[in-house]
Amino acid sequence: MRRKLALMTGAGSLCGVTPALANGWNMPVGVTDVSRDIHSLHMTIFWICVVIGVVVFGVMFYSLLRFRRSRHTDSANFHENTTVEILWTTVPLLILVGMALPATATLRQMYDTSEADLDVMITGQQWRWRYEYLGEDVGFTSSLSTPRAQITGEEERQEHYLLEVDEPLVLPVGRKVRFLMTADDVIHSWWVPELAVKQDTIPGFVNENWVRINEPGIYRGQCAELCGKDHAFMPIVVHAMESDEFDTWLADRKEAAAQEALGVDREWALDELMERGEQVYNSVCASCHQVDGSGSEPAFPALAGNEQLLSDVEFHIDVVLNGVPGTPMAAYRNNMNPVELASVITYERNAWGNETGDAVQPSEIQSRLE
Amino acid sequence: MALNQLPKPTPQHSTATAAGGVAEETHDHHDQPPRGALRWLLTTNHKEIGSMYLIFSLTMFFIGGIFALVVRAELFQPGLQLVQPEFFNQMTTMHGLIMVFGAVMPAFVGLANWMVPLQVGAPDMALPRLNNFSFWLLPVAFTLLLSTLLMPGGGPNFGWTFYAPLSTTYGPPSTTFFILSLHIAGISSILGAINIIATILNMRAPGMRMMDMPLFVWTWLITAFLLIAVMPVLAGVITMMLMDINFGTSFFTAAGGGDPVLFQHLFWFFGHPEVYIMILPAFGIVSAIIPTFARKPLFGYASMVYATASIAILSFLVWAHHMFVVGMPLVAELFFMYTTMLIAIPTGVKVFNWIATLFRGSITFETPMLFALAFVVLFTIGGFSGLMLAISPADFQYHDTYFVVAHFHYVLVPGAVFSIMAAVYYWLPKWTGHYADERLGQWHFWTSVIGVNLTFFPMHFSGLAGMPRRIPDYSLQFADFNMVSSLGAFMFGASQLIFVWVIIKCVRGGVKAPAQAWEGAGDLEWTVPSPAPLHTFETPPEFKPTSH
Repeated sequence: MRRKLALMTGAGSLCGVTPALANGWNMPVGVTDVSRDIHSLHMTIFWICVVIGVVVFGVMFYSLLRFRRSRHTDSANFHENTTVEILWTTVPLLILVGMALPATATLRQMYDTSEADLDVMITGQQWRWRYEYLGEDVGFTSSLSTPRAQITGEEERQEHYLLEVDEPLVLPVGRKVRFLMTADDVIHSWWVPELAVKQDTIPGFVNENWVRINEPGIYRGQCAELCGKDHAFMPIVVHAMESDEFDTWLADRKEAAAQEALGVDREWALDELMERGEQVYNSVCASCHQVDGSGSEPAFPALAGNEQLLSDVEFHIDVVLNGVPGTPMAAYRNNMNPVELASVITYERNAWGNETGDAVQPSEIQSRLE
Repeated sequence: MALNQLPKPTPQHSTATAAGGVAEETHDHHDQPPRGALRWLLTTNHKEIGSMYLIFSLTMFFIGGIFALVVRAELFQPGLQLVQPEFFNQMTTMHGLIMVFGAVMPAFVGLANWMVPLQVGAPDMALPRLNNFSFWLLPVAFTLLLSTLLMPGGGPNFGWTFYAPLSTTYGPPSTTFFILSLHIAGISSILGAINIIATILNMRAPGMRMMDMPLFVWTWLITAFLLIAVMPVLAGVITMMLMDINFGTSFFTAAGGGDPVLFQHLFWFFGHPEVYIMILPAFGIVSAIIPTFARKPLFGYASMVYATASIAILSFLVWAHHMFVVGMPLVAELFFMYTTMLIAIPTGVKVFNWIATLFRGSITFETPMLFALAFVVLFTIGGFSGLMLAISPADFQYHDTYFVVAHFHYVLVPGAVFSIMAAVYYWLPKWTGHYADERLGQWHFWTSVIGVNLTFFPMHFSGLAGMPRRIPDYSLQFADFNMVSSLGAFMFGASQLIFVWVIIKCVRGGVKAPAQAWEGAGDLEWTVPSPAPLHTFETPPEFKPTSH
């Protein structure tokens, strides 16, 4: 009985692997040439392991059954056999060489970031991603858009729970896109399984990776390197478009960015700043300082009723622009445009019972940035 | 003052009989150890210290296990139900730290304390007072580590690998205490390792050559050298963290000219040998148990020794396979991929040797054997996923997912932990004079084996499907796998209560064991009475080399 169970456990472990072929159990094939190569490496090494496993465990369970004491009372006494020992050292070596060759070829391909058609800078921040299309003056921040109420269970969770963002990264199909990857605070890791791109983003250093997507679609991933409290809540969504569609999108974004840049010089009303500021705050600031400005002590101070900030607008602007060294508060001067900076500071000074009445103007921020 | 009360160290056999009177006096001293708590505080006896290590380790196993169950309870369903992300991160971190440094390592040191002197025919460890000190550092270190959970800002929350700058610039205020506790635990390990090396090299019974030593002794000798080589590297890297946090240096901060990736290189130069520190003694245990219950000599004794040494040497050349996605140059990726794949060869040799030992044996299935056989199967499954992870391009998909979590839990739980349980069932008759309750042992085995597979097997799938590790909440497609894992984890946790029950029952009584508790066992520990008296081999035994 005991031995039958032992056999079943062993066999069960092996059978458990077979459904790995089904969808949602296994590594996705993905939508790039590299992701297909990686998937085929994965399946090859997997089946090699299965075959070795069947042979090794087969011999083992045969021995356990055939040579159990009730059937085999006189044990043999051998303890060496040079031939089999040489055999079971060299055969695995050959299998490994056979595996190493295709793996090396794929790796060389993955490392070839030359001759890209488009460069995208990806910056990891606690706990969101910033994307910049280099040379196009288009950049934006991409944050989790799943409502808090779904996380706490007050609302029903939707299909793309935790894998949805306010602004996806838009990429063209069929063009080679080079990623330049870095981080502002701690190490993050940008990972989209369907693209087979996983690369650590390291503060102070720039890593490279690339992708050429074969099929339009929406591909989802998330941060793969523990980066603090909201590590689970910084997803990645890539929207891959046909090439011409992408060009239109990019042109629209450039136009919108230019429009916003024009707005820097005019005088903004408090209401306008508050409206824009709320958007920016909820996308960028709320993950640490909370939607209601209550913060999360000791790392993330409350902004609601924060006397130090409210009594000194200069100090407030300095903190947002330049960060606070030695704390998680990053410098946002390069991450947002003057309109966003001015509006979010204004919002923080006038929301949640803060009533300074200050309307910090984009032009004022602009002059500081220069 | 306390030092004056320490019993004299057990005489080594070279001097024990030099002057009858002195030896006599030493004996009187031994027979009246200090009473109560002082006895345990001051003991220099390898068996008592071994028992304390094992009890300490079991305690930590339960504390670390409770932390794991908090994690699994939160992950039972999507959403945040029981704990907040801050606390969740402290639980995953503490679970890892406690299990690695508090449960698995001290358990192996405890087994070494008990069994190395008995297996080499020595009266005690070479440095008994140092032995006492090594042990008592541990409760200090881990009380300090656990106390960080109560400090403002909480305990370590950056994963057991504590990557900078998350653990330095962005770490909680308690990080300095975490560093201190790790330093203390590290000193304990280094001193323990020195003691084991000194014992094995100097105190073997006359006639016992190196190639006559039981494999548990061999694997521990090699492990001890690994410890001495890498614990100072850990001490170095945490000291650099300490400087970055408190003294304004920038070892790991790019803004000051440092490099966060340097941290990872240093950490894994320690960390990879560390994972072999947690598995080599397990190889030794399994290599003792399988021949005993197969009633047949171990197949390929010499190749086992060479394979262990090869694994130890290779362990210094593979560290960056933990860092395949940090952006290393292509040649480095290739180098570390090839060296990592090579490890499969000596590891394979070991598995083949165990199976060849079973072949044409006369096998019975007592509890220690069941755990040892489960070790062979499940550790090999962990080895397969390890081989998959070695393929660097594929690791770009596997890295930091639950596939990795599945892999290292397969080698550590049904690997290292099962080997420790096998060792406990195997040597309990020698320690207590009673056999462990066989029926309860079998219950413990089957519930553990089912629990462990329910917990960790589904993690392969959730990882391949795209679930990153160290997240308190996940998207809906991973819900089923996580629910199964959580149920399995609670089953595995509960089954360890049977283990405690078995141990307590066995200490209190049970079927009396003779000196040779298992008929197929062959090493020196089976020549002393069961339970082993407080002092053994005060006169060195006659050692007759066996066939190997």
